[in-house]
Formats: sequence, C-alpha cells, structure tokens
Amino acid sequence: MTIAGLDIGSRTIALVEMDGGGIRHSEVVETTFDPLEQCRVLLEDRGFDLLVATGYGRHLAQANFADRTITEIKAFALGCHEFFPECRTILDIGGQDTKAISLAPGGKVADFQMNDRCAAGTGKFLEVMAAAMGLSLEEMGRIALETEAEVKISSMCTVFAESEVTGLIARGTPRPEIARGLHEAICDRAVSLLKRVGVKREVVFAGGVARNPCLRSLLEHRLGVPLLVPENPQIVGALGAALSANTS
Amino acid sequence: MTDYHDMWKELGIDLDAHDGLLEVLPPMYEENILSQEGRPGGMEYFDFVFSEVHGLRIKELVEHREAGAVVVGTFCTYVPEELIIAAGGICVGLCAGAQVAAEEAEKYLPRNICALIKSSLGFKLAKVCPYIESCDLLVGETTCDGKKKYFEMLGELQPVHIMEVPQMKLEHDRDLWRKEIRRMLERMEEMTGKKIGEKQIRDAIRLVNEKRKALLRLEELRKSDPPVISGRDALLIDQIAFYDDPARLTEKINALCDELEERKKAGVSIGGAHRPRILLSGCPMALPNWKVATLIETSGAVVAMDEMCTGIRYFDNLVEEDAADTEALLDNIADRYLNIHCAIFTPNRERIEHIKQLVEDYDIDAVVHYSLQFCDPYTVEAFSVQREMEKEGVPFLYLETDYSSEDTGQLTTRIQALIEMVGCAEKA
Repeated sequence: MTIAGLDIGSRTIALVEMDGGGIRHSEVVETTFDPLEQCRVLLEDRGFDLLVATGYGRHLAQANFADRTITEIKAFALGCHEFFPECRTILDIGGQDTKAISLAPGGKVADFQMNDRCAAGTGKFLEVMAAAMGLSLEEMGRIALETEAEVKISSMCTVFAESEVTGLIARGTPRPEIARGLHEAICDRAVSLLKRVGVKREVVFAGGVARNPCLRSLLEHRLGVPLLVPENPQIVGALGAALSANTS
Repeated sequence: MTDYHDMWKELGIDLDAHDGLLEVLPPMYEENILSQEGRPGGMEYFDFVFSEVHGLRIKELVEHREAGAVVVGTFCTYVPEELIIAAGGICVGLCAGAQVAAEEAEKYLPRNICALIKSSLGFKLAKVCPYIESCDLLVGETTCDGKKKYFEMLGELQPVHIMEVPQMKLEHDRDLWRKEIRRMLERMEEMTGKKIGEKQIRDAIRLVNEKRKALLRLEELRKSDPPVISGRDALLIDQIAFYDDPARLTEKINALCDELEERKKAGVSIGGAHRPRILLSGCPMALPNWKVATLIETSGAVVAMDEMCTGIRYFDNLVEEDAADTEALLDNIADRYLNIHCAIFTPNRERIEHIKQLVEDYDIDAVVHYSLQFCDPYTVEAFSVQREMEKEGVPFLYLETDYSSEDTGQLTTRIQALIEMVGCAEKA
C-alpha cells in the first residue's frame, strides 16, 4: 500500500509518499496564493492508495481530495520520532507558527505549546526582517554569523520589530548586528516556548527555519544541548501525516 | 414574524445598525447551534427565545415598565438578582458577546481592553441593544479594573449604581459585602419609592433558588457519558438564563431535564463516536459567543462542563432560605454571592479546588482554559490552574482569544491536537 502525506503550510507544501520500503518520493513546493492548485500540481500523475493531510490547509484538502487529516502537532511528533526514535522534545519553526512539543517515550504527544495568533518569532518574521534590510533569507542567516556583537530587538511583533529595524538602520547600525539581534529575538521566543513544555533530550529542530545555521547555533548554545536536525526538515510534517495512516 | 421596529424606535435604537446586527445572528445561530445533530426536543423553547432575543422579551420588558415596574441591568454574577426581583423589578444580564462598534468604543477606551468591556460599550454607543436601553438602572461592580473605569463612563450616559465587591474573603470583607447588599436594597427602594418587605425578599430568594436548582439539575445530567446534551446547548441555556423570565425558564429547564432523563434511560445521546470530555474554564462567554465551544465540539469532543460565569459559577450554591428575619435573609444573600470564586479574588484557592472536583465528578479528559485577551485576573490565574492540572496529570490547554474569528485556524489546531492527545482520532 502506498500512502501519501501532504503538509500544507503557510509558506510551503510538502509531499511524502511511502510504501513498505519507506519514503519513495518527497517534494516541496511554495504554497503561493492558491494552495489548492499547488496541491493539484504536486499530486498530478502520482499514484497512492491513501492521502493524509496536515498543516493549516488540511481542512481545505479534506474538503477536496484528502482521505484524512491530522494536526501538525501529531504529524511532527510522528515524523520526528521516525527520524530520531530518541526524540523527546521538538521545536518546529514554520512559516507562521512556532511549536514546542514534548513527547512521551515511544513518541506520543505529552504536551505542546504554540505561539499566539501573530507571526512573532516565525519564518514569516525572518522574511519580513530580511526584506526590511534588503537581504535574502540565506544572506541574513549568513551575515548574522559574521558578528558576535548584537543589538537588542525588543519587539516580537513583526510590525513593531520592522519599525525597530528601520530605526536601527537609520542610526547606522551594521546589518550583521541587526541580523544577529533578530536571530537572538527569535531564539528567546523559541526557548521560552520550549521551557514551558520542558526540554528533554534528544531535542529535534524541524520546520523550514531549522535550515538556518545561525538560529541553530544560538539555540544549541542557549539550551546547552545539541539539536538534531533532519536532513530535510521541511518534510517532517508530511512524513508524519503519511505515517499516521498506520497508527490510527 | 412580528415587526418590532416601532418598539425599537421608541427605545431609541439605531434602526439601520440594529437591522444589520439582526441579519448576522440567524446564520451564526444556524452554524453554531442549529446545525448540531441529536439535539433534545426541549431545546425548541430556547431556540424560540433566542429568535426573539430583541423581540418578544423586550416587549415583555416594555410592558413591565408600562405597568410601573423597573428593569435593572447587570454585568456580573456577583450582583444579587434577588434584590431586583424583591423590588418588583426584572433583572437582565448585559454583558456583550459579539464585537460591535469597536471603533466607537475605542474613542473612550484603550485598544487593549478586554472584548467583553469593549463590546458592551460598543453596543451602548451604537444604540443597538434594546436591553440596556430598557434599563431604569444599571448595577455595576468593582470586580476588575477595566470594568470599574468602564462603569464611570457608562454613568455619564445612564444611571449606574456600583457595588463594591471585596477582593479578599476575610471577616471584614464579608462585613463590607453585607453592607453593600443593604446599600443596593436601599437603592432599589429609593428608585421604586416602595419599601421592600421580608415576604418579597423571601419570595425572590425562593424564585431564584428554583432557577438555580433547575440549572444544577441540568448540570447533573451532563455527567452522562455518552452525553445526552451538547455543551453548546447547555451554554446557550446558561446565557439565556441571564435575561429570560426566571419562573418560565425554570419550568422549561425542568421539562428539558425530564426529557434528558428519559434519553439517559433509553441510551439516546447526542451521537457521534466516543467523545473526549472537556471542562471549559475561565472567562464568561456572553451571548452570542459560542466560538470556542463550537470549535471543541466540531473537533469531536464534548464540553461536558463549564467552570465559567456563563456556567456553574452563575448558579452553584443556593441562598439559605431558613432565616428568622429580613436581616438574616440579607446576610444569607450576601454569603451566597461571596462564595463565587472569580479570579479577581486573592487568594482564590477555592476556584482551583472546584476545578479539580469538577474534573473528577464529570470524568473530564482535558481542561481547556479560556481567557479573554487583556483579562488580567484570568490570564494570570491560568498559570496556577495549569500547574495544578499538571500535578493531577490532567491534560490542559490554554487559549487566549477575543470575539473576532481571525484566529479560529490556530485555535482549531490546538484544540484538535489536544483531542488527538487524549486519544481520539480527528474527525472533521
């Protein structure tokens, strides 16, 4: 039996197809303004017996083509447990949500915390800030690693933080320092969420933002534990969705 | 349907804005309440009352006033209904549960104030609430800071009486509150020009106690698993209890309970697979605020109990009827109301103990704590509740929201993840 997992996030849509032998296909595309059409393109000519959707677009998927849905929380728990069976804590920073999940031994969700309704401390936050500094996401992550000095960004609201960054630019603060400060701000936010569920090893960092080396190193430093990052952190949710077909 | 426009006009309602509001309500009601499957037949009365929320009930208030009696509006479960009824008055709860004219309200209130206060003022300023316009007196209270200041503003528009609710439960707090009960009684006498006698107080106590008993009977039936009534229907009844005629309401709730007892015996439930049982705790959900209850129940769980002002806090504990004279009756009223465990009190250990008891009595699988954004007492106390639930091993979800719908996606994810966690697959 072939099972497809589809994670429709705010920024990307990930597809994972599994058969008896494990992952046989995976793909990530941008969500764009028309997620349904993107899903159609992604699923075109693909053959599977069952489709499980997760992510913020899961209800849209269920209304149209998905057989089942699970929440991102459960999907990330299953996906991280598959990659790292020792995983007890998950940090997932996606486009619009940050989640801290604590797992019981065996991989069941024991507790979770999510950011509030705004995009504070998420991938979207980094994107807006990079744009404010005229940088790409990758460039911003890279230059943030160039300096030890940082400025304190105290606003976590994306809108307020953007004004703060504009102010810093106007005062001539070097861009690497601002970039570093922004990463520190996200790190603060993520650590506070993690502390609320408790940090137990192993800690897995997943979601698109896990590809950011600066944030990874800041988090490891702050938490005092190494972070495990899946080879492709963006497909963890889709993998979990596919895996859920066998667990429920 | 009867046309009430003349009546509304007479009350000073802004007819255009009000028509707009009335257009929004039926689809909301359909989506949140009527679309539920397996509802008991006895809900028909409450559906009717809601459909006439600004119609027939307002007409009753108008007729009551034409007969020379008063209507008094309240905003809190601490304000003793008995005193209003003893004065021959009708008591109506005025807390608003839908966002109306926020921009008008923000001319007088800061942006970061809770939705309940902001929209209550919004309803007043936009002239779309025939209840508040029917009131001869509004009784406010010193529960939270936001409300205290809001009542000052309201006092510029309409007569307001403020009761000082203590913030602790020491002996001198009790003394103060007993005096406040008497001061309110005097205000009622002054307003009606009639002395309130012992018999009227006794009768009023009995009437309101009967309403409480009926509501408690309903809560007892919510212990049934599988559930014989949804949490949303129970919430609707609690919301309606704040403004409907108490004697009629009592009769209708009792009739519904008779039916629910039959259902229980026959094994008839609200349907669906096994539903995880949720205790909803926190801020009040004033009519027509069904947002969180709907999200919980459409995600496959049931709200098996509410520890809210629109819930057990409103009708738990009766006023002791056995009393020698008027003074003793008034003390009994005071004591019953001081025994409500709102987060404005410190310490408020009783609320946490009550939640623990409800978790046990109602076989609760998880607690969802609901706070209105910017409500300091409940948002802060949520942390203590969470710690205590963790100790007890009860899954706990903290939600902070308001009356808008923009966060339903995120709330749904959290609620569904909680339901997955307590062991039930998601069924949309």
